[in-house]
Amino acid sequence: MGKSKIRLGVDIGGTFTDVVLEVDRALYSTKVLTTYIAPENAIIDGMKQVCEKAGIHPSDIEQAIHGTTLATNALIERRGAKTALITTQGFRDVIEMRTESRFEQYDLNLKLPEPLLPRQMRYTLEERVDAKGNILIPLARADVEALADVIAKAEYESIAIGLIHSYLNDAHEKMVRDVLEEKLPNVMISISCEVSPQMREYERFNTVVANAYIKPLMKSYLGRLEERLRNEGVTCKIFLMHSGGGIISLESAADFPVRLVESGPAGGAVFAANIAARYGLDKVLSFDMGGTTAKICLIKNQTPKTSRVFEVARTYRFKKGSGMPISIPVIDMVEIGAGGGSLAHVDTMKQIRVGPESAGSEPGPACYNRGGEKPAVTDADLVLGKLDADNFAGGTIKLNKDNAATALDDAIGNSLEMDAQTAAFGLAEVVDENMSNAARVHAVENGEDLSEYTMIAFGGAAPLHAGRLCEKLGVNRLLVPPGAGVGSAIGFLRAPFSFEANRSVYMKLSDFDDKLIQSLLKDLKTEATGFVRSCDADAEILSDYKVYMRYTGQGWEIPISLTQEQATQPNAQTFQKLFEDDYTNLFGRPVHGMDIEITVWAVNATTQPEEVERIKEATNSEPSPISGTRDIFDPALGERVEASIIQRDEMQTGATATGPCAITEDETTIIIPSSRKAIRQPDGCIDMFVKS
Amino acid sequence: MAKQHSNVSYQVMWNRLISVVEEQAQALVRTAFSTSVREAGDLSAGVYNIQGQMLAQAVTGTPGHVNAMADAVGHFIRRIGRDNIFEGDVYITNDPWEGTGHLHDITVVTPSFNQGTLVGFFACTAHVVDIGGRGFGADAGSVYEEGIYIPIMKFVDRGNVDMTLINIVRGNVREPDQLIGDMYALATCNEIGHRRLIDMMTEFELEDLNGIGGFIFESSRLATIERIAALPRKTATGELTVDGFDKPITLKVKLTINEDHIVSDFAGSSGLDKKGINCPKVYAKAYACYALKCAIAPEIPNNAASLAPFIMEAPENTIVNALHPAPVALRHIVGHFVPDTVYNALDKILPNVVPAEGAGCLCNFQVSLRPRTDAPAPNDAVRSEVLTFNSGGAGARPEHDGLNATAFPSGVMTMPIEATEHAGPVIIWRKELRPDSGGAGKQRGGLGQYMEVGATEGHEFEFQAMFDRVNHPAKGRQGGKDGGSTTIAQDDGSPMNGKGKQFVPHGRRVVLAFPGGAGYGDPAQRDHEHVKRDLARGYITVETAMKDYGLAKSDIDGVLDAVQKGEAV
Repeated sequence: MGKSKIRLGVDIGGTFTDVVLEVDRALYSTKVLTTYIAPENAIIDGMKQVCEKAGIHPSDIEQAIHGTTLATNALIERRGAKTALITTQGFRDVIEMRTESRFEQYDLNLKLPEPLLPRQMRYTLEERVDAKGNILIPLARADVEALADVIAKAEYESIAIGLIHSYLNDAHEKMVRDVLEEKLPNVMISISCEVSPQMREYERFNTVVANAYIKPLMKSYLGRLEERLRNEGVTCKIFLMHSGGGIISLESAADFPVRLVESGPAGGAVFAANIAARYGLDKVLSFDMGGTTAKICLIKNQTPKTSRVFEVARTYRFKKGSGMPISIPVIDMVEIGAGGGSLAHVDTMKQIRVGPESAGSEPGPACYNRGGEKPAVTDADLVLGKLDADNFAGGTIKLNKDNAATALDDAIGNSLEMDAQTAAFGLAEVVDENMSNAARVHAVENGEDLSEYTMIAFGGAAPLHAGRLCEKLGVNRLLVPPGAGVGSAIGFLRAPFSFEANRSVYMKLSDFDDKLIQSLLKDLKTEATGFVRSCDADAEILSDYKVYMRYTGQGWEIPISLTQEQATQPNAQTFQKLFEDDYTNLFGRPVHGMDIEITVWAVNATTQPEEVERIKEATNSEPSPISGTRDIFDPALGERVEASIIQRDEMQTGATATGPCAITEDETTIIIPSSRKAIRQPDGCIDMFVKS
Repeated sequence: MAKQHSNVSYQVMWNRLISVVEEQAQALVRTAFSTSVREAGDLSAGVYNIQGQMLAQAVTGTPGHVNAMADAVGHFIRRIGRDNIFEGDVYITNDPWEGTGHLHDITVVTPSFNQGTLVGFFACTAHVVDIGGRGFGADAGSVYEEGIYIPIMKFVDRGNVDMTLINIVRGNVREPDQLIGDMYALATCNEIGHRRLIDMMTEFELEDLNGIGGFIFESSRLATIERIAALPRKTATGELTVDGFDKPITLKVKLTINEDHIVSDFAGSSGLDKKGINCPKVYAKAYACYALKCAIAPEIPNNAASLAPFIMEAPENTIVNALHPAPVALRHIVGHFVPDTVYNALDKILPNVVPAEGAGCLCNFQVSLRPRTDAPAPNDAVRSEVLTFNSGGAGARPEHDGLNATAFPSGVMTMPIEATEHAGPVIIWRKELRPDSGGAGKQRGGLGQYMEVGATEGHEFEFQAMFDRVNHPAKGRQGGKDGGSTTIAQDDGSPMNGKGKQFVPHGRRVVLAFPGGAGYGDPAQRDHEHVKRDLARGYITVETAMKDYGLAKSDIDGVLDAVQKGEAV
């Protein structure tokens, strides 16, 4: 991949479409407003802008990589195709019954999210496979043909097929698909054993339904996009970022569009991982804070942590369980409703609450002067002095401090008997604490201690809050890279071609079957490699082998990486040792005398990641020129302090800044608390750490 | 520097404590062995001050534990003795009366020391799959038959694990590795909570938890009392009759709203049952309190002060205040009906707030599989215990339909059937919604569900039933109709009982229909668009649409036609 010299990265977000062009290592970027009705318009517009900046023609582009929230939004807004589910008799309601629990226990008026498909669009067939993959009830072809007639009459555009235990035996799902393809050639079909071959019927069925639901929409969008780019003269191949942090071909993306969900945030994590590699950091916490949400991801050994299931479209204050589970390989991150636009109020407990409601871009925070009356995080940042009213977004938006103060008084100060500054302090502390807590819980769920981590912060609002988060989390070092505002799109350019294939097959170590393991991993490797090969005909392809293991009787698996040799010549003792070592690291001690089982097998095929040059870290040269001072409230001290103002573009490599300080640039402001100082690194990163 | 803390810092610390106990709970889920804990979330975790008053509790968990565990730490302090509490100690019990209601719940308490000084306690509770005795079921005649009893004692004394305790427990239960593993998981989760607490105290320069405790208690007390004070100062009674084991049980409550507290008095409720469905007061109180909090003060976090104004009384040796040695293994059945009883009274004081009656208790069963005995069993036939949690329908709300197949008041989850079938040679042939089981009403009750359970070739099994509402379906409110009743039988029609251990021969299946929630308001007033939607989805049949809701023939034909064409209804 490193050989491409001119590459385009495009990230369609909720508000902005970010476009980045890399020409011989130089980056040109722009942000244009997302054009919801025809998202390709914004891309073309942005592409023209960056091509002009770089002085090239679209036909010069050698590779285009795209990530988008369109798939996510289609699921959230329920704008998918007319879709039917075909499932095993007796299990028509799996996607509706969910976990049979309430995600908020004290709300008597709780409403559960509706399934993507209402009950009348879910059909059943008499058939059954057992937990060992044996067929208990064979499927009759005549039944499928009869069902095909029913489906034809209802004129569905897309069909999801999800049968019980199909991840163990896919014969019935494939038979249904073959008959339908024969009888209904114009209908798109998705089968669960291909989309998400994992145990747990609710997650698998929901994932195949989601894939089928957005497939016609995404296929059509990707087709239009390709055509528009071709019309503009773009001749190179077009690739898509997937939720697992790699790149797949446009064709694969159109077949498995559910893998595009959360591709934007995945790009952000890849961006952070690339910076981690530059600095040789093995433990990194990426913190991406935009207008409505904040995303936090753990990056170990320069690789974002991945997971096999996540939740999309949370309906209830981002609460766990209120969305729908999607089981695909995904970069594991927590997302909470905390961004610059998040609104605050005082609850019945006289506690300040922030988010997840957001002011959005219209009317925006009160200080935008566009009619917003409720205080947002940005209003608090302004009142606390963290933002300069005259130099926000490069001076394009003049912020009104009086409006911010009034909103803070009305919503918080008056009922809690606080002045506007204390209200702003409270608001900012609450949102910072919310984000810190999310990071802490995420770390503990992964058995990690954050005090050993370095934070990498990007997204418009992150540099204002990252310093305080580090104080709260006991994180010593923070890097704020340049281009933080378009981090995800830059991340797309750093991602390898990759595809993860996985399958649920249960095996206890006491029943270790090395022949079966060899053939299983070989099949998975062939499948994963095939996808990557379709992107690049000759690159070297690496395979990472992973097995998910646990003590028999536990519910949570630990992912264990295998070497090529351990995968091709599997051996029970080695597997046991690998597992017990990791388990001990996480939870203190192994549990002796218990059988161990493997539940999921995964092979990730990937091209060699771009070679990252280790940076030669700068040593202190001299303090940066100070362009002025202003009073900024320091929450750790609980008082205002006089902070120096530094222009980021005036900071030379090695130049230092000592907190309290505000480093300003067009896109954002970096706040250095009194407890820290910073140095500019050769790659433009602002490197902040605790004063010694 | 002796630090002066502002209101803002205290707010942050309070949030932090809630986050600390959430981490504590997550650590338990990650390391537990019992499916009831790790899949179904039958657990709780909390932090306490040195007086044993609960400061914060994890949102993860189920209400029966939530409030019951709030009282437990006081018992631990009293039994262990203040002078006998040392750094490195861990305490344990499964006492139904000083823990959370039955022997299957293990509660572990750990004192938290900061620089040599006791600053608080962490406690957690989890439901384990087996504790010995007769196994998890209603069949015992006294608590002695229900399993091994661990009095409040030291599990770890200044860092040293009591191996005698471990050995005794190991020798008395069916799944010793799992249980011992869970005991360690409970201790680990308290340890994680403790570490985070010390981090927080260091960051905020706290020497003790008095200041933050005072802030939490005062804010919570004032907010709760404010809610109670806004209610009408009235008294009302409510009652509920359910199946019981072999004779019906009636729960009665007199609810009195006072200026700053609410008393629910269960005098007049049925006496003890001979079988293990009796409920210790601590567990019944937990659900009485839970019901009232949901209706009156849902968003106030659980802690000693926010729970204190909810007082529950019941005469000794009634079914909601069973004393030792009454059998209590399935105390959840009665406990889960306490909220509906309380709501039957509260509805008279606070109309249009509480739901109609629902399925109430979880529809759980345990299957004990073994090689067939009526003919030679195949060589690979095994013995296995499989426990499942399932839910009927919830009651309709004043403004919303009841939730379909969703636990209320319990907070646990079901297990995926694909996971259940990996746990043993069981086959779940059916698990889907049960049309027409939601009681008709202006708002319809939640649907129950059908299940069908068998064994794989070569196995027979004992079926341990834990169902209610066979003879006493959920009752409608304000003119709403009753929900569907529980039915249970074998697939050849042989009848089975709602409770108790019953043999199912090779090749037979158990066919179950779990109850629906009751309706709210007159069905005639139901929006016809909702009736049509329900018909299109098959939540109700054509007969019900006509009979209960008076939907016209032409409307029905229109709906059925639209469904065939795949059109939205």
